[in-house]
Amino acid sequence: MNSAHDLGGQMGFGPVVPEPDEPVFHAEWEKRVLAINVAAGAMGAWTIDEIRHHRESLPPAQYLSASYYEIWLAGLDKALVKHGFLTSAELLSGTPAPERREPKRVLKGEEVPAVLRRGFPYDREAKAPARFAVGDAVRTLVMHPQHHTRLPRYARGKLGTIERVTGCHVFPDTSAQGDHGEAQWLYTVVFTGRELWGRDGDPSSTVSIEAWESYLEPA
Amino acid sequence: MSGHHHDHDHAHDNHFTPIEARVKALETLMVEKGYVEPAALDAIVDTYETRVGPRNGARIVARAWTDSAYAERLKADGTAAVAEMGYGGRGGEHIVACFNTPEEHNLIVCTLCSCYPWPVLGLPPVWYKSPPYRAKAVIDPRGTLADFGVSLPEGQRIRVWDSTAETRFLVIPMRPAGTEGWSEEKLASIVSRDSMIGTGLPRIEDAVEDGR
Repeated sequence: MNSAHDLGGQMGFGPVVPEPDEPVFHAEWEKRVLAINVAAGAMGAWTIDEIRHHRESLPPAQYLSASYYEIWLAGLDKALVKHGFLTSAELLSGTPAPERREPKRVLKGEEVPAVLRRGFPYDREAKAPARFAVGDAVRTLVMHPQHHTRLPRYARGKLGTIERVTGCHVFPDTSAQGDHGEAQWLYTVVFTGRELWGRDGDPSSTVSIEAWESYLEPA
Repeated sequence: MSGHHHDHDHAHDNHFTPIEARVKALETLMVEKGYVEPAALDAIVDTYETRVGPRNGARIVARAWTDSAYAERLKADGTAAVAEMGYGGRGGEHIVACFNTPEEHNLIVCTLCSCYPWPVLGLPPVWYKSPPYRAKAVIDPRGTLADFGVSLPEGQRIRVWDSTAETRFLVIPMRPAGTEGWSEEKLASIVSRDSMIGTGLPRIEDAVEDGR
């Protein structure tokens, strides 16, 4: 969806301001938000794509004024309510109601190192050969779906070149909507600065995105 | 009401800021309903606070600088070469190493969210997740580098990698001149986090002698 999260090329935010000697966390609550996110994700009710969608669909003003852990917290609240683990009333009151949904699994402390080390690989066995090869010219689709997508607005309808065939990966657009079965070939597609930004582009820079096969047409 | 009464009327909980109170309430709900285990939460925090960070990536870069066969393996299959050093997993299931050359400098961004190679760099800094960087890196990479005080030699192109999939990118900076004969450990000490994102360069004046 065309929401505030799709930031590439937007202006008016001012310079990047790095923080010298930045700590890993700036407050105790940030640690807990990270940990609850990871542990709640391990219940297995949603994918990374779906939780990203919940974060992205925050109202733009809220998204742009929140810190990243605040965005994570808001996205997590939405996922927990949507999947019936908690109600909005519980989140407001902080008091648990007797009803609960049984999670597929609960991450145990001793399992954490192995679960983090394993991660959640997104490559899947290919069911068909790749449509494109390294060096092929491609054009990205012009599309504006209401749902989650990983084709950024600045790279839609642009002429690029296949630089790398990554493999067959879970397709985020459908995975975010609950269909976890679809996988597509994934490519690194590189664009010139001029193709993306016209005369305002840097002629000595290129930008690549990772693009699933259905984002691309032969050019 | 006097401050004295105030102290007696309220528990310490009431001194939480709104966000602290909200997170505390969520954690309590999640634990009481049996969805998360406190021990798991603590183990996750401990992992990212003390075990995983940019020193992991720096060891990989230093090895690539000193072991050309390793550098070739890292180029061919980043995930496997990083696993050789004992790293991988969540937030770095698929890793691509982007080698800087005199002709091209690499810069990593995630314009859509905050994708970052956790197993080798740890959790991303705030600026990496914030609108200024995510907006500017793809349209004005040279200006973005200038915000970090970095200016590249004339003629060196910039390649920006937008992390739109589960692939994660690790920049392998060029080994600076004047580091001949250094140990891997000393070399790793000059590989900053930013140099592995592409917003910095290794500086030999940052070197820490072996064993320190």
